[in-house]
Amino acid sequence: MELNVIGKRIAKKDAPSKVTGRAMYIQDVSLPGMLYGKILYSRYPHARIKHINTAKAEKLPGVKAVLTGTTIPPFKFGFYKDNTPLKTEKVCSLRDEVAAVAATDPEIAEEALGLIEVEYGELPGIFDPVEAMKEGAILVHEGHVGGKEKKPTNVLNLPWRLMSGDVQSARKEAAFVVEGTYSTQWVTHCCLGTSGCIAQFDIANNLTLYSNTQIPFLAQKDFIEALAAFGMKGRRVRIIQTAIGGGFGSKLDTYAYEYIAILLAKATDRPVKIIFTREEEFIASSPRQPTITRISQGCTKEGKLLFRDVEMILDNGAYASWGATTPNVMMVPISSLYKVPNIRYVAKCVYTNNTYSQAFRGYGNPQATFAIESSIEELAEAAGIDPYEFRLINSNEPGELTPMRCKVTTCGLKECMAAVRDRLGWNGKLHQKTGRGFGMASLMHVGGGARVYKSDGCGTTIKVDDFGKFDVFTGSTDIGQGSETVIAQIVAEVVGISMDDINVINNDTEVCPWDVGAHASRTTFVAGNSALHAAQKMRQQILEAAAHGLGEDPSTLDIKDGQVFAIHNEEKKISVGKVARSVHYTAGGRMLVAECFYDPPNENPDREFKGNTSVTYAYGAHGAEVEVDRQTGRVKIINYVAAHDVGKALNPMLLEGQISGGGVMGLGYALSENMVYKDGRLMNANYLDYKLLTARDVPPMETVIVETDEKDGPFGAKGIGEPGLVPTAAAVANAVYDAVGVRIRDLPITPEKVLAALKAKEKLGE
Amino acid sequence: MKKDITFVLNKEEVSMEVDPRWTLLYLLREVLKLTGTKEGCGYGECGACTVIVDGKAVNSCIFPVMEAEGRNVTTIEGLVSKDGSLHPLQQAFADHGAVQCGFCTPGMIMSAYALVSENADPTDDEIKGSIEGNLCRCTGYVKIFDAIKSAAGR
Repeated sequence: MELNVIGKRIAKKDAPSKVTGRAMYIQDVSLPGMLYGKILYSRYPHARIKHINTAKAEKLPGVKAVLTGTTIPPFKFGFYKDNTPLKTEKVCSLRDEVAAVAATDPEIAEEALGLIEVEYGELPGIFDPVEAMKEGAILVHEGHVGGKEKKPTNVLNLPWRLMSGDVQSARKEAAFVVEGTYSTQWVTHCCLGTSGCIAQFDIANNLTLYSNTQIPFLAQKDFIEALAAFGMKGRRVRIIQTAIGGGFGSKLDTYAYEYIAILLAKATDRPVKIIFTREEEFIASSPRQPTITRISQGCTKEGKLLFRDVEMILDNGAYASWGATTPNVMMVPISSLYKVPNIRYVAKCVYTNNTYSQAFRGYGNPQATFAIESSIEELAEAAGIDPYEFRLINSNEPGELTPMRCKVTTCGLKECMAAVRDRLGWNGKLHQKTGRGFGMASLMHVGGGARVYKSDGCGTTIKVDDFGKFDVFTGSTDIGQGSETVIAQIVAEVVGISMDDINVINNDTEVCPWDVGAHASRTTFVAGNSALHAAQKMRQQILEAAAHGLGEDPSTLDIKDGQVFAIHNEEKKISVGKVARSVHYTAGGRMLVAECFYDPPNENPDREFKGNTSVTYAYGAHGAEVEVDRQTGRVKIINYVAAHDVGKALNPMLLEGQISGGGVMGLGYALSENMVYKDGRLMNANYLDYKLLTARDVPPMETVIVETDEKDGPFGAKGIGEPGLVPTAAAVANAVYDAVGVRIRDLPITPEKVLAALKAKEKLGE
Repeated sequence: MKKDITFVLNKEEVSMEVDPRWTLLYLLREVLKLTGTKEGCGYGECGACTVIVDGKAVNSCIFPVMEAEGRNVTTIEGLVSKDGSLHPLQQAFADHGAVQCGFCTPGMIMSAYALVSENADPTDDEIKGSIEGNLCRCTGYVKIFDAIKSAAGR
C-alpha cells in the first residue's frame, strides 16, 4: 500500500503558533475579574497545626478570600484518599498546604501569605523509607493501618507481588548467581511551563477549569466529586486545556492547588488563577521516587537466565499519588525483559515526611531497568560471557508468553542491539579498563496501551463542513509529543485528504469524546487506532454519498487530495466539500459524522498481577561510549546510540524527537539530576542547583528506528513516548564499568561516587 | 514613582510610564500583553524569557525595565514579517521538529537569532554556546541544534 502522509517527516501542526509565541499556555490566559491565588505551605515537615490566625491577611486591601483547612468543607483526594486540599490538624511534609489567599494581584496575595500566623507543634519526622518500615517508627499518618493485625504502619497497603515458577529451586540449580543492591534518587519533571489553572464558576455553579492537565477526563471526575463535597452536587465540570508546557507524567493526577483554586473561586465568585513559581514547581509538584532494589539473578553454565528475584522499597513520601502504583508497571520489565522462567518480585511503598511521588515518564521502568540491566552485566561477567552475547542468548522473541503472561507479538530487541553495537563501533568490548569503555542496556515497555484502569479507551469523532474541511475531535491530549499531528496524519491518509484540511480539537471535555489520559505511551496506539477506525467510517460515508451523485458504486471510487473520483475514469470526480453540501442541502438530508471508541484488547492484571497488560510491547537498546577521568571521576559521554523497535514510524521526525528527548532526560537521570532532600527539605529547588543538561552537555546522539510492523498498531505503530529514557542510566553505568572497572549502583553517577569507587578499588588492589 | 521611558519595540517606538521596579519581562507580558515571551523561572536560569536588546540576547526576567531606555528591543512577536511569513529560524524550528511543548521555543529562537544576526556561519560550538543558557526538557536539544544549523546563513 502506497502511503502519502504516514511515514513522512511532517512538521507539527502547532509548530507555527509555538515558534511565533502565539500558543496560549495557562500562564498566558487571563479572564475578566480574575483573582490570583497563592498557597501557604508548611514551615515544618511534620507538625501539629495548633492555631491559624488569618485576621491580618484578610484585612490587607486587595485580599478577597483567605481559606484554611477548617474553613473549607472536608474533602479527601488521591487514589488512596489520604490527602486534603488544606490541612487541618497535622502537616506531613514541607509541601503541605496550610492556607490559601485570593487577591487582586499576585504580589498582594504573596504579601497576605506573610500575614497569616500559624502556630505549629513540631513533631520529629521520618525521612528514610527503610527507617520508616521499622517497628515503632514515627508514623506519618497515625490512622493508617496495615497487615493482618491492622497495626499502624508507614507501609502502604498495596499488594505489589509477582510470583512465577520456583525461584528457590532455580537458585539452587543456577551455575552462576549474582546479587546487588541498586538505588535511585528523587528527580523531577522540570516542565518549562509550571503547573497552573484557572477556576471559574458560572451562575449555576458549573465549573470551568482552564488547565494544563494530562488527564482531562479523569480530572473532570475528580472535580465533580469535589464539587459534591463542596455542596455543589450534580454540577457540571468542564476542563479546557491550554497549550501544555510539558507533562512527562507530572500532570497525571489532580492536586491540592487545583482544589484550592476551585474553593477560592467559589468563595469569591470570581475566576481564580494559581500558577506555580519555579521554586513551587520544584517543591510542590510530585517527582519520581527513589527506590532501593535488591536484585539477584542466576543463569546456567551456558548463560541461560534461570531466575530473577527482586525486592524493592520505594519512598512514597507523605501522600499517595500514582507514584505508589509504579511497581505495577515495573512488573513488565522485571518479569519479562529477557526470557526468565522463574520470577519473584515484591515491592513496598513507604510513607515518609518527604514530598510525595507521582508518575514520571517510564513510570518506574527506569528504576527497574537500572537494576536489571546493571545486574545482567554482573551476571554475564560471572558466567564469563560477553554481555552482548549474554543478552542475545536470553533475548525476547516474537510469540513468547512471559511469566507475567505478557504476549510478545513483535519484538525487535535483537535488531536494536545489533544496531547499537554496529553504530557505536563496538566490535567486542574493550575490557581494557583504560578509561574508555562501552556499555549497553535494553528495555521493554508497554507499547500497545496499558490497561491500568478498567478502560484503556479513547474516542474520536470526525465531521466534515460544507467546504471539505475536517474537524477531528479526539479525547487524547497533546503534551508536546505531537499526537495532534500524528492523528491528523492518520485521518489524512485513511480518508485521502490533505493535512491542511484537518483541524484537531483535543482540549475541551465539553466537546471532545472521552479518553483515559496521556500516559503509558498509549496515545499513538490507542488514540491513533480510534482515529483510524473513525476515519475509515468517514471515508465510507463520503464514498457512499458521492456514489449517489456520480452514479457509481462506492466500491469503484477512491479519494485523493480531497477529490472523490471513479477509479476507472479519474475525470469523473466530485470534491469532498461538494459531497458534504449535497447531503446537507437535500430533502431529508444528513450529516457526515463518524465516530469510534477504541479500547484495545489488553487485559487488566488478575489477582496475581498476571495478564497481558498491553496489546504489544516496545523494545529498544541504548549504548554509550564513555570516557572516565580517573583524576576527577568525571564521566564524559563520547557517543550515544538509541535504537528502538517502534513498530512503524508514523512521523520519523517527531519519533526521533521522542527518542533523543527521552535519551537526554535519561542522561540527566544517569549523571547529574538529583533532588537533594535534607530532613524533608529540598536543598536545590532551582535551576542553578538542580542540574539539568544543557545544549552543551549533549553528546552526539544517534537514533535508530527499527520497524517491526505491529499488526494491531495504527499502520503498524507501537507507543514510543516513554522508552527513550528507560535504559539510559544502566547503559551509562555499564559503560563506566567497562571503562574503569567500578560499578556505580547508586544514581546519579557523579564524579564524587566514581572517584570514591576508584579509590576503594585501588585500596582493595593494595 | 512612575517614570517615563522611550524605546523601540519590534521596530516601533514606544513611549510610556513604567514603574522602575518592573522587569522588562513584566512590562512585555503583563502590561503590553506580549505573551510570546515566557517566564520559566524568574531568575535568569532557563532562558524562556530571552529577548534581544541592541542585538544581544538578554534574560528579560532579570532585566530592569529602565535599562531599556533608548534601546532597541526585539521579541518573538517581532520576528514575523509584516506579510505573516516566518523568520527562517522560526521556519527551521518547525521543519526540523525542534518544537515539542514549545514553552522554551520563543526564548530559544531569540537566543539563536542573536547568534545568526551577527554570525552568518557559526561553528557547532558557537551554536551550542548561543543556547546553553536556554533549558529545554522535551527535545534533548538535538533537533534544536539541527534547526539553528540549517537556518544559519540563510
